[in-house]
Amino acid sequence: MRKIPTSLDQLANRQRAVISGFLAAHGGLTQKLREIGFAEGDEVEILHRGLIGGSPLSVRLNRCIIALRKTEASQIQVVCVS
Amino acid sequence: MTIRIALVGAPNTGKTTLFNALTGGRGKTGNYPGVTVEKRTGIYTSNSGETYELIDLPGVYGLSGRSSDERVSLQHLRGEIDGERQPDMMLAVLDASRLQTHLHSILQFQQIGLPMVLILNMMDMAERDGLEIDLVSLEKQLGFPVVGVTAPRKNGRQALEDNWDNLVKTTKKPTQDKQLDLPALQSQARKITKSVIKQSSASHDLTQNIDRVTMHPVFGPFLLMGIMFFIFQAVYTWSAIPMDMIEAGVRFLQAGAKQLQPEWLASLLGDGIIAGVGSIMVFLPQIVILFAFILLLEASGYMARAAFLVDGLMSKIGLNGRALIPLLSSFACAIPGIMAARSIESERDRLTTIMIAPLMTCSARLPVYALIIGAFIPSQSVGLFNLQGLVLFTLYMTGILFAVLVAFVLRRTVTKGPAQHLLLELPGYMVPKMVDFWIALFSRAWAFVRKAGTIIFATSVILWGLTRYPQTGGGIRDSYAGTIGSWIEPIFRPIGFSLETVIALVPGMAAREVVVAAMGTVYAIQGTEQQVELGLAALLQSAWSLPSALAFLAWYVFAPQCFATLATVRRETNSWNWTLFLAGYLFVLAWVAAFATFQISTRVLG
Repeated sequence: MRKIPTSLDQLANRQRAVISGFLAAHGGLTQKLREIGFAEGDEVEILHRGLIGGSPLSVRLNRCIIALRKTEASQIQVVCVS
Repeated sequence: MTIRIALVGAPNTGKTTLFNALTGGRGKTGNYPGVTVEKRTGIYTSNSGETYELIDLPGVYGLSGRSSDERVSLQHLRGEIDGERQPDMMLAVLDASRLQTHLHSILQFQQIGLPMVLILNMMDMAERDGLEIDLVSLEKQLGFPVVGVTAPRKNGRQALEDNWDNLVKTTKKPTQDKQLDLPALQSQARKITKSVIKQSSASHDLTQNIDRVTMHPVFGPFLLMGIMFFIFQAVYTWSAIPMDMIEAGVRFLQAGAKQLQPEWLASLLGDGIIAGVGSIMVFLPQIVILFAFILLLEASGYMARAAFLVDGLMSKIGLNGRALIPLLSSFACAIPGIMAARSIESERDRLTTIMIAPLMTCSARLPVYALIIGAFIPSQSVGLFNLQGLVLFTLYMTGILFAVLVAFVLRRTVTKGPAQHLLLELPGYMVPKMVDFWIALFSRAWAFVRKAGTIIFATSVILWGLTRYPQTGGGIRDSYAGTIGSWIEPIFRPIGFSLETVIALVPGMAAREVVVAAMGTVYAIQGTEQQVELGLAALLQSAWSLPSALAFLAWYVFAPQCFATLATVRRETNSWNWTLFLAGYLFVLAWVAAFATFQISTRVLG
């Protein structure tokens, strides 16, 4: 199976993935995501989702846990790892 | 000249804990990002006896400085604050467990151009998680000193303190080669961490397991409600015995004072000072219990989870989960809450948060609620719950509900704008450090007692004079206080407030809980000897109708009158318009709510 990039918010809970890039549409947001620690090559997985509309998400990033909303997560491109 | 050293680093890495340990300071600490919103300075004396000036700054993730507390930090580091010398060096603090994710921020700070030492803090936690870091290799690759520290423990700081003078004197300014951009710094940092970390276990096992319960989409929100509910029940049930004891002590003193001569002195002591200060001191146990719970929640790491759980709801009203932390601290007092709003990036969100912060029931309102509930609501069981605790819970919930409504309206009118981002790091759970807990609890309790001894003491004496004189024999209406009260009485008559209540409301502007002390004084002067002996609650039972009592509770859900809050809002918004808007809308809501409560309950109960 070819590894198709998808966005972080599309992952199933506990599905591990590696960050492949950021959508350029929101330069400011990308900068913020990078500053808090998201970077290409980092491993992420969704741990929990909020009750209302599945937002916000709690995401494990390396050894940190970061809460972000679906809209923010949709800016992060990931590739699943098995 | 004393060497100035600034502590920098991402939020919640233990900068303030280290600062407190080194300087003997009492800065507020907690286990969630954004506890520190203001610069703090202190003096550190090294083992050799040399002194250094230490500066504690709010946490920053990088150099872009998006929120106002972050901007202040960066301005300090760059020496852009008027009248403040730029620090001579930086102690960059990093949580050892989060090295991999945050090392790039340290590389960014290096671009400021100051000599830097990297402190890897919370080494004990990293070891617990099975993380091994090769400090020697890390130091070699970074090109500046690296020290491993466990800030709260004396022996955990040894590596830093034993070497302090040497570290400060030998660390050089970084050589300014080309400034790499953020993605390049990130890949450089990742490369370094990969070579220095030897990891032997999965990350955050304990935290992730606790999160399975606390962050569960259905069970999590119920647990949050349950915790809040439990706190309000505990505030009532656990405080009963100590409160009875304090009350008995106050009455004993009051009876003693009444025996004194001359008569005016007996009245000043008994009706003025002891009735006023005593009636507020009775609530010390409840305040202590409430603060104990807030402190434990703050120190454990649960606070940020609560922000996560309510974010879905907050986004519906156009706010972000980040606003929850200022709002939660407003349950202790709106002033630190309003200041904590500095960590919110968007100016519109920050203003909205400031505008609704006073609707979170602050601890100063607890004595007011407790007094009225204790006097008018029977202490009976409703199913599993105590009716008094249930009413208290309802009052807190009403405040929250109106905060939601007000925010909803504001975000669609005056603070209209696009939805904001949420990016919040959830810290690992920690067992609260008991020493910190007791120090913080004691200092909060002491602040309450000190207020009783100063502001409340003074207003009690003044109010006693205004209520007792001139002595025409015509009762309270003919006194100075009665004359002043009767000017504004017409505003309050439709909502069921008696003249005595109105008189007590005026000094209540100094601080909300003063109203309790003021009622203590007003009713002590007016009541008969036997009534006074039964205490303020009994006095109110005979003086007020139930609808008046309920209207008074409704008034205090909004309670616009607190000068300290208004002064803080003026400073933080730098605008009289916003300050007047806040006072105005709270007054209108308070009046309407009390009016509706009084009129409806009069009809239903009558």
